[in-house]
Amino acid sequence: MSIPVIMFFVCALVAVAGAVVLILAREPIHSALALVVVMMALAVLYLLLGAPFIAAVQIIVYAGAIMVLFVFVIMLLNAGVEERTDFSKLAKFAGVPLGFFLLLEIAHWLVHSPVGAAIANGAGSSAGEASTTELSEMLFRQYLFPFEATSILILIAILGALVLARKEE
Amino acid sequence: MDFISQHPVLVAAVVKIAVLLFIVMTALAYLTWLERKVIAHIQSRWGPYNVGAHGLLQPLADGIKFLFKEDVTPPAADRLIYTLAPFLALALGLSAIALIPFGPPSALFPNGQQIFSVVDLNIGLLFLFAITSMGVYGIALAGWSSNSKYALLGGLRSSAQMISYEVSLTISVVGVILLAGTLNLNEIIGGVPNSSTGQTGYWLHFIPKWNVIPQFVGFLCYLTAAIAETNRVPFDLPEAETELVAGFHTEYSAFKFAMFFMAEYANMITVSCLATILFLGGWLSPFPETWTWQNYLPGAGLLILAAYCAWNTVSEMRGIARLQLGVVTLLAGGGGLICLYPPIAAGIQGPFWFTAKILAILFFYIWMRATLPRFRYDQLMSFGWKLLLPVSLANLVITAFVIVWPLLRKG
Repeated sequence: MSIPVIMFFVCALVAVAGAVVLILAREPIHSALALVVVMMALAVLYLLLGAPFIAAVQIIVYAGAIMVLFVFVIMLLNAGVEERTDFSKLAKFAGVPLGFFLLLEIAHWLVHSPVGAAIANGAGSSAGEASTTELSEMLFRQYLFPFEATSILILIAILGALVLARKEE
Repeated sequence: MDFISQHPVLVAAVVKIAVLLFIVMTALAYLTWLERKVIAHIQSRWGPYNVGAHGLLQPLADGIKFLFKEDVTPPAADRLIYTLAPFLALALGLSAIALIPFGPPSALFPNGQQIFSVVDLNIGLLFLFAITSMGVYGIALAGWSSNSKYALLGGLRSSAQMISYEVSLTISVVGVILLAGTLNLNEIIGGVPNSSTGQTGYWLHFIPKWNVIPQFVGFLCYLTAAIAETNRVPFDLPEAETELVAGFHTEYSAFKFAMFFMAEYANMITVSCLATILFLGGWLSPFPETWTWQNYLPGAGLLILAAYCAWNTVSEMRGIARLQLGVVTLLAGGGGLICLYPPIAAGIQGPFWFTAKILAILFFYIWMRATLPRFRYDQLMSFGWKLLLPVSLANLVITAFVIVWPLLRKG
């Protein structure tokens, strides 16, 4: 096996393990840290796909900014250990089987779809790293309107959060 | 052997990491010595003087002391995270340095390799920010996991401070990125193959075209935000000893404490390197290339140091200290003579200027620490958000306008 393949399996395993710990951990901080691990593993996967810019932005935005705020809020509120409820009946009889069904379906799609086969044969992999210039040309020429619309949406969300958090006078 | 011949890049990287780690660790140790000495002299004291001549062996003694002290873990601490936090802080602090190019590519090798940095990435600057943006975790987690109120308050303060100032830090750098048109650290300095001129060249034949002149406001914003990011005076709120004992590392002892200490100094070195690359022309010499005598500056400097040490050895040192300073004299003199040999003198020009600029910024850091009092917490926050951020944003907008204006007028 070549080094990228080994790297892929290591990072994929780390990402899945992190996601499982995220759900199972009872301390909120442990969950948040597990999510950081998932983000880092995903960033390495982006690197392997030849998208270093996305990888760096993934770490800067998610691991370095959003998750830091999560940890900050958990620390500020000094949130205690999560309480566990009994496994609900709906989850036991409907949720778990449906989850497995979804997993099977995704696996089936990956194995049998022409896209999956093409990717496995190396169709999607780019020859080299996509440059930052190419990416920004896509964002600011071809997809300018959706990009700006998303920005405005985020701005509105921030203003909404400010209004909700403001104390009544 | 088979593996080595198959993966030359990997092996070269490992060798470079080992060398860099050795140099950086030594530099960290002696940075503490330098800081204590400089502050002492600014305050009319001697500083470390007894362990080795002029306290030169003090960092070694401190290191041994840290290794052999009892490593206490508070019973109520979250053991896993309490142990993880110092490792995280130090690992992130050190790995950022791997991206720094300490000298020009192909200085010693003909095929244009960059031998002075471990990796040469096209988005090096972004990766550097990715690594440094993770630096908050070490401090925040240390504060939380200690399960002590002083540590928690220190961790909270430092998270809030680092998040706030990281915004200004990043935005103050974007002006330079706009001027350079690249995120590659080598190309930002310039003069490398396939790049624009970068910061090479001169205005009026003698003023170097470093970014610090067109981006002076950005440079000031960067320096201020960088001091806050590394939690140094006057922004050392996370460890304000009059209020918080020692802040986030109150409960840490022995080598875990030393790791936070080393991480702080590693971060100082990283931000100084970045300031050098972005604003002060990196490895470029301030003098025109035609002034060939500048090749002999490093050797001459070492010889002057050797001469001073020799004079000091004979006139002031007694006993074992005389022997120790004698060894320093011989090392400096021998190094100086080697550096005078023309091929070597030409080869070390880049690293010499880079190191000189880093040392200048580090000296500025220490000077600040010896001079300024600490900010109050609300002053810190309003300064960051109400002054530093608007100024760096205005700098960015004006820079972008100046760059785009000629393009707009053309068509």
